[in-house]
Amino acid sequence: MPSPPEGLAAQLLSFAEQLREEGVAIGTSELLDAFAVLREVEWTYQGEFREALAATLAKSQDDRRIFELLFDRFFFRAVEMAAVREGVERPGDDTGDLSELSETELDALRMQIAQALRDGAEGAMRDLARLAIATFGQQEQGSGVIGVDVQRIRRALGLRAEPQPELPPDDPRRDGVPRDALRRFEQMMRRELERRQVQRSGKLPPSRPLGELDRALPSGPLQDLAAVHRVVTQLRRRLATQGRQNRGYRRHAHVDVRRTMRASLQTGGVPVELRYRPRRPKRPEIYVLCDVSTSVTSASVFFLSVLHALHDSFRKMRSFVFIERISEVTDVFAHERDFRAVSERISSDAGVADISGYTDYGRVWMELLELIGDDLHPRATVIVLGDARTNGRDPRADLFGQVASQAGRTFWLNPEPQLYWNYGDSVIAAYERYCNAFECWTVAQLEEFVKALTRPVVSAAG
Amino acid sequence: MGAEPASSADVATGLASVGYLPSESTALVAYLATKLGKPVLVEGPAGVGKTELAKALSRYLGRKLIRLQCYEGLDEAKALYEWNYRKQLLRIQAEASDTGWETVQQDIFGEEFLLARPLMSAIASEQPVVLLIDEIDKTDQEFEAMLLEVLSDFQISIPELGRVSSTTHPVVLLTSNNSRELTEALKRRCLYLWLDYPCLEHELAIVKLHAPDLDEAVAQRLVEVVGMVRELDLKKPPSIAESIDWARALLLLGAKDIDAATFNETMSVIVKHRTDMDIVAERVGLKLAETVDAQPA
Repeated sequence: MPSPPEGLAAQLLSFAEQLREEGVAIGTSELLDAFAVLREVEWTYQGEFREALAATLAKSQDDRRIFELLFDRFFFRAVEMAAVREGVERPGDDTGDLSELSETELDALRMQIAQALRDGAEGAMRDLARLAIATFGQQEQGSGVIGVDVQRIRRALGLRAEPQPELPPDDPRRDGVPRDALRRFEQMMRRELERRQVQRSGKLPPSRPLGELDRALPSGPLQDLAAVHRVVTQLRRRLATQGRQNRGYRRHAHVDVRRTMRASLQTGGVPVELRYRPRRPKRPEIYVLCDVSTSVTSASVFFLSVLHALHDSFRKMRSFVFIERISEVTDVFAHERDFRAVSERISSDAGVADISGYTDYGRVWMELLELIGDDLHPRATVIVLGDARTNGRDPRADLFGQVASQAGRTFWLNPEPQLYWNYGDSVIAAYERYCNAFECWTVAQLEEFVKALTRPVVSAAG
Repeated sequence: MGAEPASSADVATGLASVGYLPSESTALVAYLATKLGKPVLVEGPAGVGKTELAKALSRYLGRKLIRLQCYEGLDEAKALYEWNYRKQLLRIQAEASDTGWETVQQDIFGEEFLLARPLMSAIASEQPVVLLIDEIDKTDQEFEAMLLEVLSDFQISIPELGRVSSTTHPVVLLTSNNSRELTEALKRRCLYLWLDYPCLEHELAIVKLHAPDLDEAVAQRLVEVVGMVRELDLKKPPSIAESIDWARALLLLGAKDIDAATFNETMSVIVKHRTDMDIVAERVGLKLAETVDAQPA
């Protein structure tokens, strides 16, 4: 890392540069604003400085989240960088080696920390974090990985968010320490350990990018729920924007009297030019069919959650899951919005795996035709998500063709990379004749697809 | 009349004096908006006081509030200005038939025939105003593009009349409920403020400000319960306005404590969806019952 130029302006610029690297769109005008703003606030006071910068640089909730993460890291690093350059030794490290403390003294310390966490006393927590590291986290025992050390110290302190009823009643840890306070405390310890590491090695650890959106779809059902939610909300907003662009103004039917009259003034009150009302777009009707056998289950549930989060863009939406037979799950999504709860309910209630637990596409098409065959019409869209692996059973592509011919549009989403298609028992080629097949194993691909889907139907495809 | 704040602390006390308790960042951004004359884009969930902020600012700064409520299909004619064509038609008809077209044309495109809509009146106003463009996310992108000229130069061009530019600098607030992503171009011209549900102490202060007679303990309990309810995954989490309503309802009922029974009776003030009510009754109601059992009063 090249050493950044000195001075506040230069620091700000390199901060903006880092934000840009994380995908926050910062233009020159934003930077000019930031400087203009800094003339109005006391930038020696961290709270105002930070808020003022955030107001000018981070223009959405997502940007703001990245801003918060980077702000701490950047200015922390900037300070450390300066310290390393100047060779300043931070005072306050002379707490010395406290590992000699007796067990009762250690207990008193544990008690004191837990009490501070319960009270949420910021200043006390910071000092105690330093003390805790001096006591429990000597360098020679340290694993070198900060996250591991933090957790080790937390365990040594006996801090847990859950109640610990076996402790004596006067112990502040008995009812569990507040979760946020615990998180803040861990953050402080992390910061302190980082600082020590920097001081020891005399250089900064490499900074890691935060990028998140380009990751593969969650593969474990409970993997990083927060990330899933974030993606869903983000998608939702993007789609809402995108939907608007394509609406209306295509074919017009009704004369807008008011606007016609206004236009007629150009011609002295004679309505020569007719003005029309924009036509409201038709929202598509959607039938989603998702494979929930173990190989693709999380991709399916994730996809269903995304679609249900967007249900207002569709006129009607019914969702089914299948393994050997199919089962409707529209209601599950109507009532539960928690990703975890949904996947649990699908696996427990849907009752889709009968005997072998292997996907049986032939039977699925048959049951699907029975269930919705009469409802399908040219304005309906059918989406299938599955890996098209039949486990050697008859794919019955003819039945699928029948579904596809009754529906207006048919899509197939395959959560396997295209490289693996048609290898082994994958028969996607047989179905591909009747539908558009998409590769869909990253969030970006999914987003592309959902975009295409929510675009209003212009004319019904035969 | 008009207050001229000198720091964000001034804005904070000023807003508090007109019945709006701003958070630190709100006060700061409001202060910057008055200083730099840049529009502020306020985003956040429904009912956290976005619109209220604009009203409070107008009261505090002693400026008139001009509000433009956006909706799908809002166009320039309803936002900027419109020729009063009925009047123009009447004028043409009232004209004797021998008057030349030239004279009539000169006549009918005068200010007398112009209907000023909110943006126009904000810009043409002699006194500085607070302009609130509410729920900008409800409009389409074309309208947003049209706003760009207004927001960056504070001027409007009318082909028949010429350019109207503002003599004073209005404080502009745009609010958005996040139902769609706004364009980068618009965001670029604004300061950004995210309003979220306030923390417990802050909300307690707000509730006390609006329902001063409410018992201290009840108020404390109320904000805790509301906080609990917000933690649940609801269709519509209770807003600040609803906590205030609830506080007033409890005051009317003369409640001494929020126990399970009171909660179930008055829950409909803060929760407004049937499915939500089930969830809340189940989770929060139970929790309340437990705590009452644990500490018999």
